[in-house]
Amino acid sequence: MSKVPMRDGYGKALLSLCEKGENIMVLDADVAKSTRTVWVRDQYPERFLDMGISEQDMVGTAAGLALSGMTPFVSTYCVFLAGRAWDQIRTTVCYNNLNVKLAGAHAGISVGPDGATHQSLEDVALMRVLPNMTVIVPCDAEETRKATLAIAKKQGPCFIRFGREAVPVVTDEETPFEIGKARLCREGGDVTVFANGAMVYEAMQAAEALARENISVRVYDLHTVKPLDEEAILAAVKETGCIVTAEEHQVNGGMGSAVAEFLAKNCPAPMEMVAVQDSFGESGQPQELMDKYGLNQKAIEEKIKAVLARKA
Amino acid sequence: MNITELKAMSRTVREDILTMVHKAGSGHPGGSLSATDLMVGLYFGGMMKVDPQNPDWEGRDRFILSKGHVAPVLYSVLARKGFFPLEELGTLRKLGSILQGHPHKQSTPGLDCSSGSLGQGLSIANGLAIGFRKQNKANRVYCLLGDGELQEGQVWEAVMTAAQNKLDNLCAIVDYNHVQLDGTTEEIKALGDLAAKWHDFGWNVIQLNGHDMDQVLKAFEMAAAYKGRPSVLIADTVKGKGVSFMEGDCNWHGNAPNAEQLEKALAEVREEETKS
Repeated sequence: MSKVPMRDGYGKALLSLCEKGENIMVLDADVAKSTRTVWVRDQYPERFLDMGISEQDMVGTAAGLALSGMTPFVSTYCVFLAGRAWDQIRTTVCYNNLNVKLAGAHAGISVGPDGATHQSLEDVALMRVLPNMTVIVPCDAEETRKATLAIAKKQGPCFIRFGREAVPVVTDEETPFEIGKARLCREGGDVTVFANGAMVYEAMQAAEALARENISVRVYDLHTVKPLDEEAILAAVKETGCIVTAEEHQVNGGMGSAVAEFLAKNCPAPMEMVAVQDSFGESGQPQELMDKYGLNQKAIEEKIKAVLARKA
Repeated sequence: MNITELKAMSRTVREDILTMVHKAGSGHPGGSLSATDLMVGLYFGGMMKVDPQNPDWEGRDRFILSKGHVAPVLYSVLARKGFFPLEELGTLRKLGSILQGHPHKQSTPGLDCSSGSLGQGLSIANGLAIGFRKQNKANRVYCLLGDGELQEGQVWEAVMTAAQNKLDNLCAIVDYNHVQLDGTTEEIKALGDLAAKWHDFGWNVIQLNGHDMDQVLKAFEMAAAYKGRPSVLIADTVKGKGVSFMEGDCNWHGNAPNAEQLEKALAEVREEETKS
């Protein structure tokens, strides 16, 4: 299976929007090479604005561009977008319900050696509490491309986050993508795993391994954290009786929390969460960190067994 | 409107501000009164292209109230301009009102943007100015900032962005009333030589007395005529202007007058009429 960084999908989608002559502007805060917006800068300079190292100003400027009728794509490291510019996103973008697209690159612990300051593990929590916001965590480069095109069409504030590392490409051009609709990756009857981001591949590997132990695992790519695909969750509880969530994010407030909130209100069921357990990260190689912080196939297998024990 | 009519409108707007904040029982009269002549000059002096019958007209100029807490002066100006009935002014800050405590775009006809968290407006104005230019549109953009607000770091990020992009379709206005919530700007975090600061950041700086209507109109004209750089009006004003017991007093930044104080304040504002 080929490995490609998800940001390549973001850059490709932006280029195709430019090619089609869509009324977009691409903004970056001095990290254009990292986010791949440099591709737009080089090929469509009139559609590119480098805002310098001014994330709060960048979000405000994007709000103004949206008010002028354009569709701005705001790109920088996820931690400085969702964290540093949160008030601008809340009070200017979301309160005005503006058509601003926010792309958080280098998300998650897998950004690696830069260490905890640059490892965005709180962004999904910060974004999903905001009224009017759509929150998407794609699983590979191809899904990132499709998600970027989808948010370009959707009116209103949208947030998409993706990692730095090359990760396995598990979808192709034909794979459907619809905002708010969880993508079924594998059918199964004993337990359902809702994963997003790089954890989708790990969940599929876990399901494959457990099949050899006669454990039947259903796997969903829950790429849209908000609005949540309540139908898929309800069906999963009804048909498999227990749930595991897996995400490269803090355990508090992320996708797992969104699923737990829904379960608690509608159909309480045994549930386990694979995520960073309320701690900061540290420097290290991406795979070392994913292993140390329990974000891998093995961790998912353990949680599946734990939740099955509770179900019985 | 001619100068006499504009001055009369300023008095009317000041009466509106005092009355609506009194009725609401809370709000920000001090900075509303200091910005009144600037706002009247902008909206009634012929500079700002708007159509009250068609608030969402695409060809309109845009106004961003970065110091969102002085919503009362903007609401009064919009109502007097004809965007919504004057009776609405009496509902300020009340449940279900179209006039929120701080501006909310979707609630109020004629409002171009929500605001209230300080320091954000100039970035938004820049985005509008860049967007209009990219789309070959002639709309102009105005943004009113407070002087205390200039203590927010984002303002200076935006000041640099406007200069970098040579946004001559943008005009910033600083309501330099020298007083913020806790005291004077000098006591709390001094602004130094404001004109020199903006000039060094690459702006065309126009200094004026923000209560002299002739100067206000001339300043807006000079800003519109200036090409190649963004313009800023640094308008020297008095916090609480027009009401002697409010003038220069930080305690009237965010307090509502009671019935007795309102009576006295309105009498003073009306008295101006006989003087002028």
